Amino acid sequence: MLEEPTIQRVLAAAASRGADFAEIFAEEKRSSSALLDDGRIEELTSGRDRGAGIRVVVGESTGFAHTSDLSEAGLIAAAETAAAAARGTGGGTTIVDLDRVNAKRPNLVRIMPGDVPKAKKVELLLTANEMARAEGAAITQVSARYADSHRRILVANTDGILGTDDQVKTLFSISAVASGDTGMQTGRESIGRTVGFELFDSYEVADLARTAAQRAITKLAARPAPSGEMTVVIGPGGGGVMFHEACGHGLEADLVGKGASVFAGRLGEQVASSLVTLVDDGTMGGEWGCFAIDDEGRPAQRNVLIQDGILVDYMWDGLRARAEGRASSGNGRRQSYQHLPMVRMTNTYLLGGTSTPEEILSDTESGVYISHLGGGQVNTATGDFVFGMTEAYLIEGGQITEPLREGNLIGNGPAVLTAIDAVGNDFAMGGPGTCGKDGQGVPVGDGVPTLRVATGLTIGGTAA
Amino acid sequence: MNPDELQKIADRIVAMAAPGEQVEAVVAWSRDTEVRAFEGEVEHFVSADSAGVGIRMISGGKQGLSWAGVLDDAALLECLAEARDNASFGSVDPHAGLAEPDGVEPEELFLFDERLVHADTEEKIRLAVELEAQVRAGDPRIFGIESADYADSVMATALASTTGIRRSSAETSVYLGVYALAGDDEDTTTGFGFSVGRALQDLDLAAAAHEAVQRCIRLLGATKAPSERLTVVLHPYVTSQFLSLIADMLSGESVIRGRSPFAGRVGDSIAAPSFTMFDDATDPLSPTASDTDGEGLACRAVPLIDAGVLSGYLHNAYTARVAGTSSTGSAQRGSHRAAPGVGPHVIKLAPGELSAEEIVSQVGDGFLVYDIAGLHSGVNPVSGDLSVGADGVRIRGGELAEGIREVTIGSTLQKMLGDVVAIGSDLTYFPWESTGVTLAIADVTMSGQ
Repeated sequence: MLEEPTIQRVLAAAASRGADFAEIFAEEKRSSSALLDDGRIEELTSGRDRGAGIRVVVGESTGFAHTSDLSEAGLIAAAETAAAAARGTGGGTTIVDLDRVNAKRPNLVRIMPGDVPKAKKVELLLTANEMARAEGAAITQVSARYADSHRRILVANTDGILGTDDQVKTLFSISAVASGDTGMQTGRESIGRTVGFELFDSYEVADLARTAAQRAITKLAARPAPSGEMTVVIGPGGGGVMFHEACGHGLEADLVGKGASVFAGRLGEQVASSLVTLVDDGTMGGEWGCFAIDDEGRPAQRNVLIQDGILVDYMWDGLRARAEGRASSGNGRRQSYQHLPMVRMTNTYLLGGTSTPEEILSDTESGVYISHLGGGQVNTATGDFVFGMTEAYLIEGGQITEPLREGNLIGNGPAVLTAIDAVGNDFAMGGPGTCGKDGQGVPVGDGVPTLRVATGLTIGGTAA
Repeated sequence: MNPDELQKIADRIVAMAAPGEQVEAVVAWSRDTEVRAFEGEVEHFVSADSAGVGIRMISGGKQGLSWAGVLDDAALLECLAEARDNASFGSVDPHAGLAEPDGVEPEELFLFDERLVHADTEEKIRLAVELEAQVRAGDPRIFGIESADYADSVMATALASTTGIRRSSAETSVYLGVYALAGDDEDTTTGFGFSVGRALQDLDLAAAAHEAVQRCIRLLGATKAPSERLTVVLHPYVTSQFLSLIADMLSGESVIRGRSPFAGRVGDSIAAPSFTMFDDATDPLSPTASDTDGEGLACRAVPLIDAGVLSGYLHNAYTARVAGTSSTGSAQRGSHRAAPGVGPHVIKLAPGELSAEEIVSQVGDGFLVYDIAGLHSGVNPVSGDLSVGADGVRIRGGELAEGIREVTIGSTLQKMLGDVVAIGSDLTYFPWESTGVTLAIADVTMSGQ
């Protein structure tokens, strides 16, 4: 994307007023999507973005500017703006030789989505529409979306790092509405991976469509969710978002550093049931949150955050790691060249245990089984969180019985971690997610085995 | 770049339309500054210009879109070619089409304050630093600041279409916001405060700081409460989120797709008789007011619920055509990257007579809700089922009693609308598309222990 001599001159301009660190992040991204709604291909959209963000760090202050002009003159102008914004007073870093980062690509892309005829993408949507509607007359509305993106990045900094990455993602999602005497209910399913169009060799859109339609139909017969605190069993793959939100965010070093995390100052302590081992892993081939290098040029890593219930480490980006005199954990990510990097998760998951899912269920006298959690949010300072239950059932006498209508699940991260009293041997990754933090969205993955939270979760239903 | 330069680009794209093609071009530019303060210093200072173009093409009843984050000639040509190619893959839709001029003249609104363009950088930094300092000094129990930000934006956009719509505009906005932490060994709470305007002179730093401190300390020591059914009193901030949701369900998009519980119910009584809701899109006091919508039509007031009776929906040109009516000037575009959707500009409830204190006293026994969480995960916009996390204060004997946190409140939106028992006089603006008032709703399930 950029020649090395140009990069050197831009970094020199960025550090010209004095800097402890300067960085150039260049990005070129192409994306395309197609939308089906109401039986029609509503539209196809394609987009392209390119530009560079320049970051200059002086002491504790960061100056940042970005430009869509990738000419040397354009980049130098942005570098000067960033340098002025950082308010350096001379001195600081010198430019070193750039050393190319050799990071292992987490996977190879076999079919570039850009090479696939648009007609083929449209065909997937039409198939999904047809298959979802074929599940029954109760299905009254279907919408589906296909999307792909190809993002090329280059990162170079005054520490001498020069890294590039090529990130291809493909996604398909479908939503079906079923109508009945009790009103309308929605069922959804999505699949997204950091791969090319070969995604559809492994997944049939017809299956996704049937799953979404069945979810909607099942919910027509659902009764209002109960309310109050109860035992909750979470199904494999369906509840990883809870650990992402309720624990993961609190383990991000930037929030920890500001005291905005319940996990601040607790390294080495027992923060969870001894059944809990929590990992954040950017190297997981093909998963939605994987990459070769992060958006600061560091190779992706597998980081154990909680080992057998003991808090082992936080997640780090370059800035926070630098302040602590340690290495980044490969968690410095940003939405685009127009954004500053921050500590972000990649693929966050709870390792599997030894119980079978049958054992866990039969050992649960009464409670709620959640096979799918929807979006949620957390207050990292208090650990309080809330999630939508998009697919849930009642547990009675050790068996899954009636489906429940949608409701929220609320609780507190640290309390839930200590209340986990069973972890299954059926680990599965969940669907693709977009994690939002400080106005920036990045793709993330999550996963869990079947697990039981004995106490501390409140179901917010509408039943009296 | 100024609006005239953007208009020229938009005009040029539209002039390249082939016979039979409808083309709409949106060109946007902004210059943004952001300052975050931490411990009295600048944590980061961001300064950047960005621009982009979005093209919508309709040909033979089929629609295609394309956008680019660069404005050079090659990118514009490629963008137009892509939009044209994308359109060839769409399904034929007899209602597809761009907005047509409807003769409604846009109101002249004061959206661009020249003073921001010349504002001093040092003053912007001082505001962020001072905001942090005031919050820290606001109460001894404040122990941290997660963020203290100043941000501003000078924006210009232009739109042109083959149907003869041409308009450009410029707008300024400033924002001051803080997110603070308070507590002791036992308990931690968080709170935010903000102030917005069109130039630095509009900002009320002290009010933003005070609000954040109050939000932090008012719930220290709050605990979970037993489950029960009771009357909830929503703070204006919560009401505004609740109204946004209802407005979503009244969007023509949800309605024509059969995804709204209010579809086909114009003329029906759907809310308490005291409930009158409308989109006051050109209210000059609102930070989200606009003269024209995302398709270039004039923004206007749109009645939605009149004395409890559903009077209509929000429409853009497309949803209006499907519904057999005309656009209400409610096309909303998130950015140049998106096709115009449908959304409100300034949702408002006709205020009632009572102050917040009077409502609390009148309710006697209930739950004053300060904040809710998980609104989007906890509401099914199709069925109207609702359950959200909440915190606030228990009302006993007409007085504020103990703090409550980590509970949920649940009902259905349809039922809540019918159960409105009091509407406050305290109209409050927010930097999003809905205002708020204190609102009391009976018979809501609070789930806790």
